[in-house]
Amino acid sequence: MIDGIVALYIFMLAAFTGYEIIGRVPVILHTPLMSGSNFVHGIVVVGAMVALGHATTDLERVIGFLGVVLGAGNAAGGYVVTERMLEMFKSSKPGPKKGGH
Amino acid sequence: MSIQTFINICYFVAAMLFIIGLKRMSSPATARGGIVWAGVGMVIAVVATVFTPGLENLTWIIAAVVVATALAWYSGKKVAMTDMPQMVALYNGMGGGSAAAIGAVALIAAANGTASHPMTGFYMALALLGSLIGAIAFSGSMIAFAKLQGWMDRRFTFPGQQVFNLLVFAATVAVGVWLFFTSSSLSITLILVFFALAILVGLLMTLPIGGADMPVVISLYNAFTGLAVAFEGFVLQNEAMIIAGMVVGAAGTLLTQLMAKAMNRSIANVLFGSFGTGGGGEAQSIAGAMKAVDASDAAVMIAYAERVVIVPGYGLAVAQAQHKIWELTQQLLKRGVKVRFAIHPVAGRMPGHMNVLLAEAGVPYDLIADMDDINPEFAQTDVSIVIGANDVVNPVAKTDPASPIYGMPILDVDQSKNVIIVKRGKGTGFAGIENALFYKDNAKMLYGDGQEVASKLIAELKALD
Repeated sequence: MIDGIVALYIFMLAAFTGYEIIGRVPVILHTPLMSGSNFVHGIVVVGAMVALGHATTDLERVIGFLGVVLGAGNAAGGYVVTERMLEMFKSSKPGPKKGGH
Repeated sequence: MSIQTFINICYFVAAMLFIIGLKRMSSPATARGGIVWAGVGMVIAVVATVFTPGLENLTWIIAAVVVATALAWYSGKKVAMTDMPQMVALYNGMGGGSAAAIGAVALIAAANGTASHPMTGFYMALALLGSLIGAIAFSGSMIAFAKLQGWMDRRFTFPGQQVFNLLVFAATVAVGVWLFFTSSSLSITLILVFFALAILVGLLMTLPIGGADMPVVISLYNAFTGLAVAFEGFVLQNEAMIIAGMVVGAAGTLLTQLMAKAMNRSIANVLFGSFGTGGGGEAQSIAGAMKAVDASDAAVMIAYAERVVIVPGYGLAVAQAQHKIWELTQQLLKRGVKVRFAIHPVAGRMPGHMNVLLAEAGVPYDLIADMDDINPEFAQTDVSIVIGANDVVNPVAKTDPASPIYGMPILDVDQSKNVIIVKRGKGTGFAGIENALFYKDNAKMLYGDGQEVASKLIAELKALD
């Protein structure tokens, strides 16, 4: 059980972690990184699964079902799009190199 | 060890993998592996959740996960590279909607008296806050998606809009506060009203924002969704959601600031700036006329130039011209012409969008220059070729205080000896502003689709040999 003050500590430490990760990132990776962080919050699907799993009325079930659909879409779509973006970095090594492929 | 403990360990591992994955994604050398690390974390977390004790509706849960994963996977694979920004907006909106749905289920369960723990104080506050932010991210991202997809008018404004939006927002907050203080006897109707209003806030907030500001807006909603996930994670007592959501919330906020800074705008300016419509006063009229040039003349100009700078913009992405442009560049390099690509920080629809497309075509890193590196070099450049870029090369941003883009840093292409602008027609850019560059004496318009024009130029160059 996490109480309020422990939650605040986790919030704070996680926020600093996020801030540190993004600091000094090259412009070229801004888009993939935005897409990658978009994938990571797809973890919301896990919460939606639990919410639907504990739903007791039809209204809760309908909203919970929608939540799982949306969350899974976030996770799966976010992964594919990010992977495709990063795919393009495979042939190019950082540092000067002439001649393309 | 109980099953719940095992699941909690899985969540811990997932959270760790997310952080490692994001860290790896922030460096070009390790970026590709990063997403795989995070992906493994996601699979671990989702599979573990299925075994949560006391989970009902399991058939529905699995059906929803499988169907949505398949659809999103397919759509993500199928979409063209150029449409990536709106797909990010779409998937982000779905995440926000999911977080809001979790909040809704928790609140309705509390109203029915079936909540697993009492919904009071901190729980109630975070459930409401997460729902509000998640719902705004949901509807806002959907509008951003529709705008980028071209399904929607670029801007939608009406008199008194700002006041109206503020009233709707105030009403939403008021309903939320009312729910907070009546948490012992919640009304389901009022909960639904709260969500309807929150969704409306997201719609109203995003409608008046012009397309040029969309990258910042998408990034902002990405951070919103992260926060919403973290808050609803607390409501569900799910550590993986709290940590992943908060990391994304913070990272997304910083990323949004970096983007806004690159455009010389504040986030507040992006969100509320469109109401002011510039700094007041009429936009300065532009003197001169546009001069057209044909492909053969343009080919001669670049073939015998010493330095050529290519400025790609969103139009290049639309025309899928990145491969042809690289072919053209190779032709020029073979002739001994020094070619570089100049990338404005917000060229395309997201920062780094152009870099990604050029990387796809195989353009090496060392030919690609940032704005600050290339701007001093334009004065020594013989020919600048502007392909599908418009607002980021508009000198009005420096000269006309009445212009909406006044103050935005631009690429100083107008200082090069000659400018060739490849453009499909005479229309204005995404921001809807007349471009003074096109009327300059040293500027020539080469009309046509980016890919077609590049092919023609390649053919003409070959004919010169």
